[in-house]
Amino acid sequence: MPEKGRELTFAQAIREALAEEMRRDPLVCIIGEDVAEAGTPFKVLSGLVEEFGKERVIDTPISEAGFTGLGVGAAMTGLHPVVDIMFGDFITLTMDQMVNQAAKVHYMSGGAWKVPMVMRTTLGATRRSAAQHSQSLHAWFSHVPGLKVVLPSTPYDAKGLLKTAIRDQNPVVFFEDKMMYKLKGPVPEEDYTIPFGVADVKREGEDITLVATSSMVQVALGAAAMLEESGVSAEVIDPRTTWPLDEKTLVESAKKTSRVIVLDEGYGRYGVTAELAAVIAEGAFYDLDAPVRRMGAMHVPIPFSPPLEDVTVATEQSVFEAARRLCGKS
Amino acid sequence: MTTVAQQPQAAASVGAEAWLRMYRQMISIRLFEEQVNDLYTRALMPGLAHLYIGEEAVAVGVCQALRPDDYITSTHRGHGHCLAKGASPDRMFAELLGKEAGYCRGKGGSMHIADPATGNLGANAIVAGSVGIATGAAFSAKRLGNGRVCVCFFGEGALGQGSLYEVMNLAQLWKLPVIYVCENNLYNEYTHFSETTAGDIMGRATAFGIPAESVDGQDVRAVYRAASQLIERARLGNGPAFLVCNTYRYHGHHVGDINREYYRSKEEEQRWKAEHDPLKLLSRWLAEQGLAAPADLERIHSEVKKEIEAAVNFAIAAPYPSPDEVEQDIYA
Repeated sequence: MPEKGRELTFAQAIREALAEEMRRDPLVCIIGEDVAEAGTPFKVLSGLVEEFGKERVIDTPISEAGFTGLGVGAAMTGLHPVVDIMFGDFITLTMDQMVNQAAKVHYMSGGAWKVPMVMRTTLGATRRSAAQHSQSLHAWFSHVPGLKVVLPSTPYDAKGLLKTAIRDQNPVVFFEDKMMYKLKGPVPEEDYTIPFGVADVKREGEDITLVATSSMVQVALGAAAMLEESGVSAEVIDPRTTWPLDEKTLVESAKKTSRVIVLDEGYGRYGVTAELAAVIAEGAFYDLDAPVRRMGAMHVPIPFSPPLEDVTVATEQSVFEAARRLCGKS
Repeated sequence: MTTVAQQPQAAASVGAEAWLRMYRQMISIRLFEEQVNDLYTRALMPGLAHLYIGEEAVAVGVCQALRPDDYITSTHRGHGHCLAKGASPDRMFAELLGKEAGYCRGKGGSMHIADPATGNLGANAIVAGSVGIATGAAFSAKRLGNGRVCVCFFGEGALGQGSLYEVMNLAQLWKLPVIYVCENNLYNEYTHFSETTAGDIMGRATAFGIPAESVDGQDVRAVYRAASQLIERARLGNGPAFLVCNTYRYHGHHVGDINREYYRSKEEEQRWKAEHDPLKLLSRWLAEQGLAAPADLERIHSEVKKEIEAAVNFAIAAPYPSPDEVEQDIYA
């Protein structure tokens, strides 16, 4: 991660990755609802249709299953589609295409066909969008063999990981936290990619490990700063991809600090926090001084009213308090 | 091993040689499927299979109108499509038996035969599961300008799936070269289609402005004629089409569906076999036209029988994949 230099927002980093890959490879195209002139409701794609034309930045009807399935077939036959699913909640409409088709085509055909397709979509609550526009459902795809799942947490990671996703020969689901689109961070001018399955140590520490994904990385970093002031040194690890998963880095950090909190904005129950906690418990059991603590979204449909919604996800304060307790410093 | 579809040709004018080739393909599918039933009955085949017997004229008539590099997507009842598009019976049988020599190295089985060499994007065990893939292949063909078309085979049961209408809308909006071929064999598994299908089948296509045709799916000449026109139309850039082939499934939904009288009568089955058999219809016409003597057809039959026997013996003798392969090809 570069320390200084040019800064871009998360959204600009995504757009730049797409533009560079579309210049590099004429087979890359974008397919989705309001991706062209509208540039999506989040304006992440603004300007791309002007450069690449409507042949490559393709507005679709509101038919998530239809155009996702079309993306699978297009990927099998020579194109590299980047399918845009506006809100992560809408992946429910694409599940057969992703789970039964995209994920299985390569395996079921004995390696004969492949599906080099990216699905970009969003996650994250606290936008006051209620239960059908606020979920973080990346655990669902992480559960399915044949898919890769990417969860960038900084503009730098977003750009490098998206370029890797577009060059990958497999179906990749790329989740962007919609609350992070305006987050700024350093992004170098020169071309780079970030490999999948390599966790990033966002902050080094000695007393406790905060494993965090996507939106929760920023929360973990905020909590770590608070913890430092109170005399607790927290390490923040971002797996960056839930599959492939860098188990080694997670386990080694857990062994070093002996205490771990896993943070993820998906539902806690049967979710990413459960899997990461299990990986850590299996790999570092004899080095742990406390049970691995999970902090996912509450097991409720995301409510609309701000005081209700705000308690459904972890905050810097709640992570700070949980970490203090885990370190015996209530 | 000789493949079923040797030299598919798109020309609408067809000589005796082509009709005999189609006859040979239909016989191949029939004998292949009879062997599949036999393998099941003798407990030599793991799992189940869905036989195409009775519907041979649909796959053969349509695929005869395709180029070798055109695409198809197929269904759980897909052996006929795969063979008609050029798959080799020996590797087909090997796949059905879960052998390493199979088209999918034994990982797919009966419902997932796929083969890039013959443009077969894969059979699909989700009803209407391949409609998106087929439409996407047509999208690529148009974008890449390679002149290919895609035929999307599905049964009338798929008319109940919403994804079909989503992609038909896309295909017509973007004038994609895809032909939706609806094989109406009258039964959604164990239920007559009239109990599941409201309104007009053709109207589902014409509502999108997609040209629709309905043909006797037991008459390979009618299927071939209609398919040729719609395929060439799509190839010329005029967009998708919808072709209903009215046909009949001689066997049950799958090989284990033996007692069927609760959903259809034996008399109905006998009537279709006696009056609408695609092989009988073609052989009668060939004789009437003086294009083939009974001895010619008998010779084809015995040649194909030997090929199918050799293919099934190859598959029975072929080795299984090593258990080490279980984690191969999850990712490319």
